Amino acid sequence: MSDRQQTYAKVAELIEPFNKKGVAVTEATRFAQDLEWDSLTVLDFVANIEDEFDVIISMNMQAEIETVGQLVDALERLKA
Amino acid sequence: MTDLFSKFDPLIEQREALLETGVTDPFNLVMEKVESPTVAICNGKRTILLGTYNYMGMTFDEDVVAAGKKALEEFGSGTTGSRVLNGTYVGHKAVEEALKDFYAMDHAMVFSTGYQANLGIISTIAGKDDYIILDIDSHASIYDGCAMGNAQIVPFRHNDIEALEKRLKRIPEGAGKLVVLEGVYSMMGDVAPLKEMVAVSKANGAMVLVDEAHSMGFIGEHGRGVCEAQGVIDDVDFIIGTFSKSVGTVGGFCVSNHPKFEILRLVCRPYVFTASLPPSVVATAATSIRKLMDSADKREHLWENSKRLHAGLRQLGFRLGTDEPQSAIIAVIMPDLETGAAMWEALLKEGLYVNLARPPATPAGMTLLRCSLCALHSGEEVGEILDMFAAAGRATGCIN
Repeated sequence: MSDRQQTYAKVAELIEPFNKKGVAVTEATRFAQDLEWDSLTVLDFVANIEDEFDVIISMNMQAEIETVGQLVDALERLKA
Repeated sequence: MTDLFSKFDPLIEQREALLETGVTDPFNLVMEKVESPTVAICNGKRTILLGTYNYMGMTFDEDVVAAGKKALEEFGSGTTGSRVLNGTYVGHKAVEEALKDFYAMDHAMVFSTGYQANLGIISTIAGKDDYIILDIDSHASIYDGCAMGNAQIVPFRHNDIEALEKRLKRIPEGAGKLVVLEGVYSMMGDVAPLKEMVAVSKANGAMVLVDEAHSMGFIGEHGRGVCEAQGVIDDVDFIIGTFSKSVGTVGGFCVSNHPKFEILRLVCRPYVFTASLPPSVVATAATSIRKLMDSADKREHLWENSKRLHAGLRQLGFRLGTDEPQSAIIAVIMPDLETGAAMWEALLKEGLYVNLARPPATPAGMTLLRCSLCALHSGEEVGEILDMFAAAGRATGCIN
């Protein structure tokens, strides 16, 4: 697996505990509309992502991230 | 033409559905007469006030009212100007002196509201490439201060010391860091672990701002707030406060020992581009603040009231926001908005006013009946309040 694929796999794994609706997650899955996450769920999920990748995803950055694929891209940039 | 109001449709529908059930609009109450800090006339009925933030009951204090009247006569009804132009009178300097004495700090800057104090200070001191690390349950004025500035905003889970520390450690080397905390969180009435949080923030090179709006005058030996009570006031860089709670009028402020603090008067836009407080308001505030310095007996009575109401409501079977009373705010958790509105109305009919609080102001989508006690609530009034909660709770099925 490429680095990006590994990042995607980890993100997908971290989404699952919060995937209450059992949505089939792809790169195009949207956090607000498809997963229907509220602000507290977002906070918990982002905290887990931050701990896993040892990065900070500020609210400013979160505002630009709509889909799972965009989050993976952002993590790739942050890790670089 | 796209109607710009379409975005409000869901809220309009939710509100209409609620009012269709016949419940009184909880956000449209009019006080016809206010008799004292604890009693008003609403819909022609004597109503005990339990949702005013008038913690120390200063609104009808004789000395406070007299100072306001005198200033109104001597200086007129308003300044019609910015603090940096024609809007600084002796009264504005006097209230800043009173704040410096109250907090034993070097600098005090008064804003026209508490909201503007947070908006102005936060947006001005944290610039581009700086980081603001804040509790997720922070007040709207803190979030709006963040939104108005250009800093990177990093929230952490409510009152979670470890979550704060982890984020502080991940911030890039050399970046400016401002940690924003509150002494008392106004929705649940819980207190922050400031001792640990301020220590962690300082150890990681951050400046610390604490909003003590709901603790001033009441918590701490001199009423300086939770940071005084927990022994960390000397490590806090900025304290934000308001005149619209314990002080009993309107206005906001920031106090600090930062040696360059005074420059903010020239660069802080919510301070510069607005008219200053009316002379009567700053006169009442200065008088009230000086009286609050010497109010240990009232502080003690307010704690007694808070403990008694908390224990009494628990005994009746209500679910409360905190296991122990931590402040003068006691939040009663309602199962949903409909029940909350029904209970709010039943209490009003009994003769009791509390705040109905609902999302997005509340954490975790909760509906709350928020009670804030006053040092001037008598023992009898607290008894009456508990009787009214019992009657309204049974009538609405909230308790058995």
